[in-house]
Amino acid sequence: MTEKIITKKEVEYVAQLANLKFNEEEKEEFTSQLNSILDYFKKLNEINTENTPPTAYIISMPNLLNEDKVKPSLTQEEVLFNAKHVKKGYFQVPKII
Amino acid sequence: MTLNQLTAHEVIDLIRKKKVSTYEVIQDIYNQIDKVDNFIKAFLILNREEALKQAKEIDIKVKNEEELPPLAGVAVAIKDIITTKGLETTCGSKILKGFIPPYNATVINKLKEAGAIIIGKTNMDEFAMGSSTENSAFGPTCNPWNLKRVPGGSSGGSAAAVAADEAFIALGTDTGGSVRQPASFCGMVGLKPTYGRVSRYGLVAYASSLDQIGTITKDVTDCALTMKVISGHDHKDSTSAILEVPDYLKSCQERIEGLKIGVPKEYFIAGLDLEVKDAIDKALKLFERLGAKIEEVSLPHTEYSLATYYLIATAEASSNLARYDGVQYGYRTENYEDLSSMYKRTRSEGFGNEVKRRIMLGTYALSSGYYDAYYLKAQKVRTLIKEDFDKAFRKYDILVTPTSPTPAFKLKEKVADPLTMYLSDIYTIPINLAGIPAISLNCEYNKNNLPLGLQIIGKPFDEETILRAAYNFEQNSEVERKKPEICSAKCKEVA
Repeated sequence: MTEKIITKKEVEYVAQLANLKFNEEEKEEFTSQLNSILDYFKKLNEINTENTPPTAYIISMPNLLNEDKVKPSLTQEEVLFNAKHVKKGYFQVPKII
Repeated sequence: MTLNQLTAHEVIDLIRKKKVSTYEVIQDIYNQIDKVDNFIKAFLILNREEALKQAKEIDIKVKNEEELPPLAGVAVAIKDIITTKGLETTCGSKILKGFIPPYNATVINKLKEAGAIIIGKTNMDEFAMGSSTENSAFGPTCNPWNLKRVPGGSSGGSAAAVAADEAFIALGTDTGGSVRQPASFCGMVGLKPTYGRVSRYGLVAYASSLDQIGTITKDVTDCALTMKVISGHDHKDSTSAILEVPDYLKSCQERIEGLKIGVPKEYFIAGLDLEVKDAIDKALKLFERLGAKIEEVSLPHTEYSLATYYLIATAEASSNLARYDGVQYGYRTENYEDLSSMYKRTRSEGFGNEVKRRIMLGTYALSSGYYDAYYLKAQKVRTLIKEDFDKAFRKYDILVTPTSPTPAFKLKEKVADPLTMYLSDIYTIPINLAGIPAISLNCEYNKNNLPLGLQIIGKPFDEETILRAAYNFEQNSEVERKKPEICSAKCKEVA
């Protein structure tokens, strides 16, 4: 590979955005792997897409809206069942302020 | 011969004729799991008690001459990315270990209403990210045809379970080939329906614009039966199409005389295994003998599919997987000072390497300054890839290609190099980008007795025609239908 597309510093920044944490060795490995993958992605620059519209969803369908009606939903107990930390019927997280 | 070795439609028939009880069928299934799954490791969790209870309930219905639903008594394995109420659903990830869903996916409710019995959850690449099932946090699954090889992925557990007669039918999910490639590696029939044909409600999201639930079965008849049950609009998934579900079983049995088949030349390039190529050539000759017309066609943007897919899929994944933060469900680190370090440690300890790699790629592709160059660019190329298929389908009814460039590869062979691993999905990925349906079925065994898959691609929502082509191929193919040795030999000998 000729030049680096993504530097270790950028990998650290992206990890911050993604809420991930890596040690030095992992950062090096990700930098090298992401560079070779991004290098492969350069292939797309071969195509002129100036006048091509983007596709987000492939099958065009009308926007479907459900009726605004109250229906039974999960109980509080069911919703909290899978949480590791619960207090007084709430999800508990570390102190923020 | 034990009952688990039959197909679903054969078992349905025997139960209806009161020749066997559902209880015996389900017992044979669990006997097989007990016998072989220590070696294959297709299942993450079993639903034995509940399944045997349901079997007894169906037997009472049979005894009382009650009307039986279409899949009554059929043992179904479910990929562990589809939520099952009260039954642990992990997505093959440490971050969801112990997660007990409070609701069923729509496909699960449909299967249950149809009388199917959920026997367990199958192993997979973590969050469906992988092509070999080696990315599971709970260890790899082995290919029943050769335990030193991968079953494919990400629905490797589902494909291996059906191939090893541990289930009649399995559900998988297909974002870039994750139903078809493992079906091909394990010699089974795998169908990825059109995007929107099957409800995604209760399918844990990886890449929402590409994900689709699909079936893995022993033959095309079972595929048609299962598709009829799981398809259709669902008000809980606004992307599920409001369209009638055809009688796939009936239509697949019609002849294929006059069917126009396109063979995309870009799929027969360097990297394609020679035995795979020969098998496809032979299959095309059979289609010709059955009255189909075959011509070469070009899909000029094929070579850009892989890059396009990995940009779109990782971008969507980075957003979808932001929800795993250790608060509402799943794993939470023991070791944190504040909210931010709790999030970071939970995610870094909970996710495996491939998942982190894809979250990083996707986050980068969506980040400020790079969005246009990567994500938007990929969405534009996606348009061109879809237009290639639109053009081809103006002239042809179906397209025929190999499912994967090679047969099942060896465990650990591609783990170290992500890009090489990605290349094993090169023939399946364009289909997801175009949102169209495709089926993989076995067309040959190579000299090492490994199955080779044939892929049949159809027009949007035209599952009927690909099922018809597949059924005609299956009925007329001279390739004998084999079972992996592990199904007949004593396990000690195999291991």
